[in-house]
Amino acid sequence: MPKTALQFHHNGREVALFVDGGVNLLVALREIIGDMTPKFGCGQGGCGACSVLIDGELHLSCLTLAETVAGRAVETLDGLKNGPNLHPLQRAFMEHFAAQCGYCTPGMLMAAKALLDRNPTPSRAEVVEAISGNICRCTGYEPIINAVLAAAAGGRARA
Amino acid sequence: MTVTVKTFATSGEAAAALSSDRSARYLGGGTLVMRALNEGDISVSTVVRATDQALARIEVTNLRVTIGAGVTFARILAERDLGFLHAPARSIGGPAVRNMGTVGGNLFAPSPYGDFTVALLALDATISMQGGLGTRDVPIEEFLQSRDRQNGALVLAISCQRPASAEAFRYRKVARIKPKGGSVITLAAHLPVSSGRISGARIALGSMAATQIRARAAERALEGRSLDTSAISAAAAAIAEGASPTDNALASAWYRREIAGVHLRRLLSGQE
Repeated sequence: MPKTALQFHHNGREVALFVDGGVNLLVALREIIGDMTPKFGCGQGGCGACSVLIDGELHLSCLTLAETVAGRAVETLDGLKNGPNLHPLQRAFMEHFAAQCGYCTPGMLMAAKALLDRNPTPSRAEVVEAISGNICRCTGYEPIINAVLAAAAGGRARA
Repeated sequence: MTVTVKTFATSGEAAAALSSDRSARYLGGGTLVMRALNEGDISVSTVVRATDQALARIEVTNLRVTIGAGVTFARILAERDLGFLHAPARSIGGPAVRNMGTVGGNLFAPSPYGDFTVALLALDATISMQGGLGTRDVPIEEFLQSRDRQNGALVLAISCQRPASAEAFRYRKVARIKPKGGSVITLAAHLPVSSGRISGARIALGSMAATQIRARAAERALEGRSLDTSAISAAAAAIAEGASPTDNALASAWYRREIAGVHLRRLLSGQE
């Protein structure tokens, strides 16, 4: 089976790789590029652990055929921090104890970023809606919602 | 497992590729086909895609709307002219699924999914399809009855009438988890009113049979009447007639039958 050549922007850096037919973006990111921040949860679109931004829009990387992102910009949690400095959303998650096991956290952060990029001052209901596709089995959501609202209130979410 | 991916610039070429290969599936937003591949569905050996922008077109006239099969639910929610379809679009998935899932793909989503199609069924939509023999327009009911045999054809667009007023079209998805959860049942009602009486009532149900169905007995109970308490009671009593729900993790068939009338009553009387 011939492989397909694929080029796209991964957290601002151009990457070129070969993928097998039918490979999803999550596998391409984790197993070929080595970016382990998006997680495999369900493979069905039910959990949101694999959420990434494609051209700024929230997508599920496990349901995205890798070759459809050719020439597009893919952002993962790995691209959020700036060197040793955490992104304001990451800091807010830390300060509000919004992560326990941490498995849902990359997806939650990308869903929250998608929201705040579009709407820097969301209401609580808008935060709930924005993370409604992301399942967390530890924290009961409240600390996550509070963290996103705190990051928004800090006015630092776009940094 | 690897599959062959074929990408075409036009929907015509994609339709030809689909009709000539039994094991080919059309990839829209990926929420159905990629899921099948992730689960190791070996019946899919070829994935066909089209980058044709015509599939993402939305056309709105005074009476009808035509929505390209590749239009996502997020796009529907961004269109002010499609306000009557916002409730069904918003009831699907979380934001990521709405950024990916398409109107065309929803027609193929197996029960308990396919909520948007419930709304389209109530609105008497027409499905524009391209097969090996050219394009044809199929009424949505006919399409749903033969859905499992439609694999060789490509859905190009869906068109439906615009409800005359906001009250004429109503939609409700009953889910255990809010704001996002699978459908226990989904209801949509298009109730055009002429001289104070309902004329041409269409009520559609999701998760009440193998595909989305019309509740014809409930429609008959409303036809020619005004939307008053006794008409609503008669429709609610008849809602599950002809339905064949099944048990799944979200609800039992018995429960679905029991609550269908309750939710129809709430929908028609404007209660939350």
